[in-house]
Amino acid sequence: MTEPLWDLITRSLWPIVGGAVTGTIPLALSSFVIGLLIALGIALMRLSKLRLVSGIARVYVSIIRGTPLLVQLFVIFYGLPAMGILVDPWPSAIIAFSLNVGGYAAEVIRAAILSVPKGQWEAAYTIRMSPAQTLNRVILPQAARVSVPPLSNTFISLVKDTSLASLITVTELFRQAQQIAAFSQEFMVLYIEAAVVYWVICLALSSVQSMLEKRLDRYVAH
Amino acid sequence: MSPTDDYLVQVRGLRKSFGENEVLKSIDLTVNRGQVVALIGPSGSGKTTVLRSLNGLEIPDAGVVHFAVQHPVDFSTMPTKKQLLQLRDRSAMVFQHYNLFPHRTVLQNVIEGPVRVQKRSVVDATADATALLERVGLADKRDAYPFELSGGQQQRVGIVRALALKPELLLFDEPTSALDPELVGDVLEVIRELAAEAWTMVLVTHELQFAQHVADHVIFMDGGHVIETGPPSEVLVNPKNERTRQFVHRLLDR
Repeated sequence: MTEPLWDLITRSLWPIVGGAVTGTIPLALSSFVIGLLIALGIALMRLSKLRLVSGIARVYVSIIRGTPLLVQLFVIFYGLPAMGILVDPWPSAIIAFSLNVGGYAAEVIRAAILSVPKGQWEAAYTIRMSPAQTLNRVILPQAARVSVPPLSNTFISLVKDTSLASLITVTELFRQAQQIAAFSQEFMVLYIEAAVVYWVICLALSSVQSMLEKRLDRYVAH
Repeated sequence: MSPTDDYLVQVRGLRKSFGENEVLKSIDLTVNRGQVVALIGPSGSGKTTVLRSLNGLEIPDAGVVHFAVQHPVDFSTMPTKKQLLQLRDRSAMVFQHYNLFPHRTVLQNVIEGPVRVQKRSVVDATADATALLERVGLADKRDAYPFELSGGQQQRVGIVRALALKPELLLFDEPTSALDPELVGDVLEVIRELAAEAWTMVLVTHELQFAQHVADHVIFMDGGHVIETGPPSEVLVNPKNERTRQFVHRLLDR
């Protein structure tokens, strides 16, 4: 006699949510933060007048966007050891996801910086601000507002993409579901349960996004 | 003009091309201390480019900008960052479209330069800013954001932001041409008061009647050349040059 379906669902819910809390969410958050820093650097390089600098950034973005995330992940986890560089599952996942976010978000940030009117740079320069001051205090705060919706997309994609980390043995939401499924043979139930948990996380993120947009909107005319 | 004049800035042989388009063809001009200079001319005549060159927002291809008691900046070689900062140290710019920082309040806009760049204390800069805002009738808008202000109010904040840096030279780039007609008067009134206080300024403007009242010296430009210069009573009332005459009549007859 197999256990009743409902019992299986409630019994498996905690390990799956636990996988989200200790795996999926920290993995996504840390990769996103590091990825944003990479993206800002790449975006600024892309905007550089020096051909070599902007060229390097362009190639980086092209490689990241032109190759599958799963392949990037495997290159780091399974490929690097062949060259004598052994990276543990967690760091491998964080490195791969950060580099990936770096490539995608760089284009978002670059576009957001370019969307700030030229007059804002000029106004800052005439009050003698340095380029770094201008960027930090005038341009980036305005670019932030523009980039919230597309960066939210990037983040939501990232949350779902972290499921790939299960393939390099990182214990996160999906790997928990897989293990319970393998044991109970109830694949449909467990995978739908995993899907629902991902969906709930993404719903929560969407509401954070609209809150953020409202907050950043307060000094924009309507 | 003799070199003994009490000049604040002298410009010699300024040239600038944008691609194939030569917008400045060897411009000379001098601004004396306390003088109000009006730069007039049809659009595309290069007057805004001259103004922007004084502040280093435009880098001319050749020519010299020489502020008194400072090494002349010769644009035949690319100016260094230090030279550009030197230029910007002497003058402050008021833009046609105000260019206020939309994410900062009126007060924050005004004290940004004094606090962040001139390293003055926030208390000091705020006191100065408040006094200046009061002067232009905007004391009660101190904590408003730019989008909450009318164009005329935003432009007065733009003027205060420039004044707060205590520059020797004020540069105005068509300060009223983006404004609704009924808002022009308030802004011109502020400029008129500054002129009366002997601020040195260069004003690019289409408001010829205003220029006639407020300017000591008028420069008419066309096609990248200075065509005629002199007091407003000559250039605007009895122009010698045919092109000046046509331009002045077209604008004043309307």
